[in-house]
Amino acid sequence: MTSRRTALKWTAGLAAASLLPGAALRAAEPLKVGFVYVGPVGEAGWTFAHDLGRRALEAAFPGQVKTTFIESVPEGADAERVIRNLAQDGHRVIFTTSFGYMDATLKVARQYPKVVFQHATGFKTAANMGTYDVRTYEGAYLAGVLAGKTSKSGNLGVVGSHPIPEVIRNINAFTIGARSVNPKASTRVIWVNSWFDPGKERQAALTLIAQGADVLMQNTDSPAVLQAAQEKGVFAFGWDSDMTSFGPKAQLAASEIDWSVWYKKVVGEVLAGKFEPKQQVWYGLKEGAIDLGHLAASLPEDAKKLLAERRKGVLDGSRPVFQGPLRDQAGKEVVAAGQALADKDKLAMNYYVEGVQGTVPGGK
Amino acid sequence: MEGNLFTAVLFATVVAGTPLILTALGLLVNERAGVLNLGAEGMMAVGAVAAFATAHHSGSPWLGVLAGLVAGAAMALVFGFLAITLQANQVASGLALAICGVGLAAFVGKPYESLALPAVPPIRLPFIADIPLLGEALYNQQALVYASWALFWAVLYFLYRSRAGLVLRAVGESPAAAHAIGHPVVLIRYLAVAFGGAMAGVGGAFLSVFYTPMWVEGMVAGRGWIALALVVFATWRPLRVMLGAYLFGGVMVSQLFVQGAGLQIDFPSQFLSSLPYLATIVVLVAISRNPATIRLNSPLSLGKPYRPDA
Repeated sequence: MTSRRTALKWTAGLAAASLLPGAALRAAEPLKVGFVYVGPVGEAGWTFAHDLGRRALEAAFPGQVKTTFIESVPEGADAERVIRNLAQDGHRVIFTTSFGYMDATLKVARQYPKVVFQHATGFKTAANMGTYDVRTYEGAYLAGVLAGKTSKSGNLGVVGSHPIPEVIRNINAFTIGARSVNPKASTRVIWVNSWFDPGKERQAALTLIAQGADVLMQNTDSPAVLQAAQEKGVFAFGWDSDMTSFGPKAQLAASEIDWSVWYKKVVGEVLAGKFEPKQQVWYGLKEGAIDLGHLAASLPEDAKKLLAERRKGVLDGSRPVFQGPLRDQAGKEVVAAGQALADKDKLAMNYYVEGVQGTVPGGK
Repeated sequence: MEGNLFTAVLFATVVAGTPLILTALGLLVNERAGVLNLGAEGMMAVGAVAAFATAHHSGSPWLGVLAGLVAGAAMALVFGFLAITLQANQVASGLALAICGVGLAAFVGKPYESLALPAVPPIRLPFIADIPLLGEALYNQQALVYASWALFWAVLYFLYRSRAGLVLRAVGESPAAAHAIGHPVVLIRYLAVAFGGAMAGVGGAFLSVFYTPMWVEGMVAGRGWIALALVVFATWRPLRVMLGAYLFGGVMVSQLFVQGAGLQIDFPSQFLSSLPYLATIVVLVAISRNPATIRLNSPLSLGKPYRPDA
């Protein structure tokens, strides 16, 4: 493991090293794999989940892989510099873990054709650059099933970050899950327009609770929503990773991402010399990249049983999350009975399904 | 239901405004002495992490607040040394303090990231908390909320009714004149800077110990900058700072309630999120628009280093 500080040291050292002829030094070294994180690693949430993946990767290839991570890299001109530094520094595989790194990654990828670039959640590719993402909506759907089962009022709340398709998809999946148990359930959404502002997230959660919501989900990055739920005696979920310590009574379960599945596959194939970088993968429950874990001990047996059933339905494809008949808010049918939504339509989702209240900000 | 809603919005407004009031009033005193410290964000972050760590180890939120106060003041004294003693550029030193404070807090706070503190119960004031609508919102609050009101009265009294306050303002207007009649300009500026840092530290402590009882990197989330802007837009007047802080909190909270109501109206939430900033600026600029009073209230020597001649 290498921290940011050592990475900086390398960068400084590189200037000196590049003056020396030849780079034979590196021949016997392990494969260097770089990670660029958008936030601090912390102990929970998006970046933490990526870092767990990185640690699992290092553990899976002892001695063969050496990883570096650089945290809190802003999505902008800085990102390009950081990515280029990693490439220059001999990293042969580079994972850039936030949507906003897309153009920076692409630009550097063109300059370093021998380096493999993998960009999370984006849609642009190149000969040596692919994208990967996790079907977080499957976790949201399973959380919705538990929410529908647990909620007494049928009044659910979601604290959303930014109104982009990824988040809207999760809200819809959550609502579909809940309504599959309680057809009268409905979801209200508050957008905080920020990925990370615990104070505002807490305030949004308290607002939803004051307006009658008794189970909450959040698509933001701090445990503030869960903590507010704990204080007010309602329920919520861990998002991206387990958050039990912030709401031991409130956490019904946690939607947990396991990025290591993809990280291990990429690196394993690169080591074997047979990796094809230009892919767009979207891993889900089936690949083990997402699951609803850390189920609360307080959950009744029938809720666990129902959850296991729905989980199986998603796994074997007998009951996909976005299956027809599915109507949007206005009552217009978006998926016909007997069919399921195609991936490309999921990626562009910009409408609320039936059961979500309010309107998509700026959407149509 | 309507009444409950009003009480809930008012309650949340007061809570959201409190860290801003604590920090902004400290900065106001600081700037009235003629020193511009842009490091509020950093001082709040350091105050927040110091308060959280102390409260976690000691089990006492009050020791936590004290630690936040001391840590904020200590950060401010570092700035004071640069800006007052070494006469460095105040804007640059302040910005450096902001960046350094945020980074330092993240570094020190690493081991505390997965921990949570027990919520501190609010203090219900007898009798007045029973006033319908207002009582629950205003008088069943955290102790630091009451402290922010006490701070307001104290700053008001200090600045406009006490001799010491007059001297402080004189130092901010014309340090040369204050020095000539025998006031210790450097000492007064140090005290003012330390006070500003201490209050920013308490503002940070409110966030990490009372508001969201946890520590996560970046949790101050720009509130230090908002407090700085409030002081300027309020033209260095305590009452307007208070008004601005509650207005900001109030609009922020109300827009969340509007969103949560799930109305079928097409109104972009991005616009709603920017509303607190817009509303606060527009209102404060409108009430402070008279150029003569702006001149009257802004400390003349703000941001200018002063070296007392021997």
